[in-house]
Amino acid sequence: MTDLADLTIAQATAGLHAGEFTAIDLLDAVERRAAVTEAELHAYLTLDREGARSAAHAADEAIKSGDPRPLLGIPIAVKDNMVTRGVETTAGSQILAGWKPPYSGTAVLRLEESGAVMVGKTNLDEFAMGSSTENSAYGPTRNPWNTDTVPGGSSGGSAAVVAVGSALGAFGSDTGGSIRQPASLTGTVGAKPTYGLVSRYGLIAFASSLDQIGPIARTVPDAATLLEAVVGWDPLDATSYHGDVPAISRSLNAGVAGIRVGVVAELIGEGIDPEVLAATKAAVDRLADAGAEIVELSLPAIEYALSAYYLIAPAECSANLARFDGVRYGLRVDGSTTEEMMARTRAEGFGPEVTRRILLGTYALSAGYYDAFYGQAQRVRTLLRRDFAEAYEQVDVLVSPTSPTTAFEIGSKTTDPLTMYLADICTIATNLAGDPGISVPISLDKEGLPIGFQVMAPALGEEVMFRVAAEVERLAEFTARPKLATSKVVAP
Amino acid sequence: MTDWEAVIGLETHVELQTNSKMFCGCPVDFGDEPNTAVCPVCLAMPGALPVPNEQAIEGILSIGEALDCTLTERSLFYRKNYFYPDLPKNYQISQYTFPLCVDGRLDVVVDGEPTTVGITRVHMEEDTGKSTHLGESGRIHGAENTLLDFNRAGVPLVEVVSEPDIRSPEQARAYGVELQRIVRALGVSDARLEEGSMRFDANISVRPVGTHELGTRTEVKNVNSLRSLQRTIAHEIERQIEILEAGGSIHQETRHWDEAKGVTRSGRTKEESEDYRYFQDPDLLPLYIDAQWRERVAARRPELPAAKRKRYAGLGADRRTAELLVDAGDLAVLFEDAVAEGADARNVGIWLTGEVVRYLRSEDVDVADTGLTASSLVDLATMIDEGDLSATAAKDVLASVLAGEGGPREVAEARDLLQISDVSAIETEVSAVLHEHPEALEKIRSGDSKPIGFLVGQVMRSTGGKADPRMVQDLIRRKAGG
Repeated sequence: MTDLADLTIAQATAGLHAGEFTAIDLLDAVERRAAVTEAELHAYLTLDREGARSAAHAADEAIKSGDPRPLLGIPIAVKDNMVTRGVETTAGSQILAGWKPPYSGTAVLRLEESGAVMVGKTNLDEFAMGSSTENSAYGPTRNPWNTDTVPGGSSGGSAAVVAVGSALGAFGSDTGGSIRQPASLTGTVGAKPTYGLVSRYGLIAFASSLDQIGPIARTVPDAATLLEAVVGWDPLDATSYHGDVPAISRSLNAGVAGIRVGVVAELIGEGIDPEVLAATKAAVDRLADAGAEIVELSLPAIEYALSAYYLIAPAECSANLARFDGVRYGLRVDGSTTEEMMARTRAEGFGPEVTRRILLGTYALSAGYYDAFYGQAQRVRTLLRRDFAEAYEQVDVLVSPTSPTTAFEIGSKTTDPLTMYLADICTIATNLAGDPGISVPISLDKEGLPIGFQVMAPALGEEVMFRVAAEVERLAEFTARPKLATSKVVAP
Repeated sequence: MTDWEAVIGLETHVELQTNSKMFCGCPVDFGDEPNTAVCPVCLAMPGALPVPNEQAIEGILSIGEALDCTLTERSLFYRKNYFYPDLPKNYQISQYTFPLCVDGRLDVVVDGEPTTVGITRVHMEEDTGKSTHLGESGRIHGAENTLLDFNRAGVPLVEVVSEPDIRSPEQARAYGVELQRIVRALGVSDARLEEGSMRFDANISVRPVGTHELGTRTEVKNVNSLRSLQRTIAHEIERQIEILEAGGSIHQETRHWDEAKGVTRSGRTKEESEDYRYFQDPDLLPLYIDAQWRERVAARRPELPAAKRKRYAGLGADRRTAELLVDAGDLAVLFEDAVAEGADARNVGIWLTGEVVRYLRSEDVDVADTGLTASSLVDLATMIDEGDLSATAAKDVLASVLAGEGGPREVAEARDLLQISDVSAIETEVSAVLHEHPEALEKIRSGDSKPIGFLVGQVMRSTGGKADPRMVQDLIRRKAGG
């Protein structure tokens, strides 16, 4: 008998509606799994046991009455930078320790409305700044495939709980790769939607022009189901997209015959681990065999994407994080004057990486430097958008590795921020362009660590992106599960 | 001895009276208990986002339009970064390049002379919360505790920036007065300086007359009355000239106006190096004001005070009366209604700005609380035209009408103030008076018209003031010339 914690969302939904088990059974299963794995992983920061139980009960009642909502009764986890009313929300920072928000963000509310059961809040790099979840003020999360390695980041907690089965699905946020890179390192599927497709209201801002909420799941169809529950215009987010939402799951089974797939030349060479490269090429070959038309093309401006990102994101964060001053909520470290109180609170409340980025951003926006740094970065962003737009005139999707390497050892990159920043080299450009991207696991390396494959699409191109991703997933036949998960996934 | 010329530019902040705040749904209400008109957005809770208030944008556009500005097609929101405990986000959403309105003008009359002050820009901002510093200094430095009320945080604020076209304290005041009138006429703010819903920052420098280079300026911030505006500028001009004539130089700095002592004091000189690190707010998209929107705003422009004054003058009111009427909105309504029904504009204007204003002040009531209506003004004017009432008696009647004793005719009859316009009745009185004063009659006949006034007075007295003095005078002349 399969442990319910190892079911996909699609399987769990089928079982729930067939009366094979209840939402309470599902919740029990993932909580049991968490009880076993949390001591080693530290993927959750908070478990909302009471809230989850009452949501599961409500879901069971609704299922009995024939309620068809697709996420009804499904245990999911939410990254701890998503604001949840009454449930501690820290963004992985000491400065928000103990903060119980008086409101819930739009995505969280939509999940509640979908009948999903929120199990808890997952660990992250402080304020989503990092690529390994080692920057959390509450200690790192470990990778369930090998607990000496990182799960990636910043949504490492969300990726780890999905990989190990302490939730059937999760939500993260992606500013430069923070959903896709941890998905890649944990053998899960992670999608960053088009900028504006999911409301940012209630997502604790890192870099407002780049941040997007997105799903992490075990399969591409599950990721599509999760995403569909939260997309759509929100009057509370002025940057939210006010048009028709793409038909995310409509073409999941349509295959790739005739689809034009562009391989990004700049992302399949230098700086990419040879095993990752080989796996990527194999996946591209399988797509070709399945009828896709493969084109290799170049995005010249991508060379400057990382530099531009590390000016734009810190600049925005330097203002976004100014509100944490000890005056209205969160940590307060007293001082003899108001200014001193604010300064001490911030000095003690923020960790080193957050401090580094605030300083970097403050500098980049300073009079006399603005044009050379922030201004120049915005021009690169414009060029990059143009490169992508031109590429999408020739192809339907672009593909690349998601991460240049598989999971790396804890502590191996923490002393050198620049090496850590390179972990996002393949994912950052889509954030700058505002386009969607998804990571799909395709194989394991020699160490038994997962390798992810990235599919990117033009803005609002989620339908074709999920279509190609679903085919990549089918062709890869990736069924491996991390050591920590107690049983294997049941084939769909 | 050098002759100096002052160069003054004003930045005026006006709080808009919208239904809700600039970026959230909280009410704009200052009477509330502290920290009750707040929400996650205006308290800058983590994760909260701003959404622009369309009503506020319209209010700003209407001000820009009334100041003959160009309304910018694509306008941008910026973040102005600085730390202060009553600024919840520690940045203020404001505008920088591409403000909503640019290149306007405001015509103001100074000592009867028309002048024009250029308007650089009219842009959107949001207000901060209110700090109350406890402790002896009353300021943040040295405060033992600071109490914060965020009800005002996020209230829509308009900043109107003038060109440095103002040359005197009087012109600055006239500019302030006219801007206040316009904002009130548009109905977007009550613009009450004493309550802080309108306030001024003045940039002041001086230079030798005939030169064109600008002198070093100082900025006096948060001036909260029109009188203070004029005084602070006058003082600052004097102070700067004194320093320059003594061979000193002016430091660019922020100064504060000390109302009690009538002087400005140096603020922190840190301002010069203050770097707000403006950048476009990524939470807000560019705002597009299309031709249709611009037309809608223009179509909604009410008659502005200057136009209304001109129209009243055209109706026959003198300049000062027209100004007073336009400034007192409810009296202007009475004036317009009475004149529309045919009352003489000059008389009605003088009554309203004289007797009526005096009455309202002494009784401390609004005109709506009195018995005065447009039709009573029409009646009063008609009675004078028809010779039923003397101008002096009219004032008495008006006072009784205001006191609610009834309509003018009713009051005049009840108090026996109607003029005798029956010629034969007056003739009898005139004859009697002439008979009593033959020496006066002789003088008149010999060409000395001085006694006429005396005789008219005698007739008025014998008729209890009810005779029409013009008619009496005519009769005396006729009889004397006989």
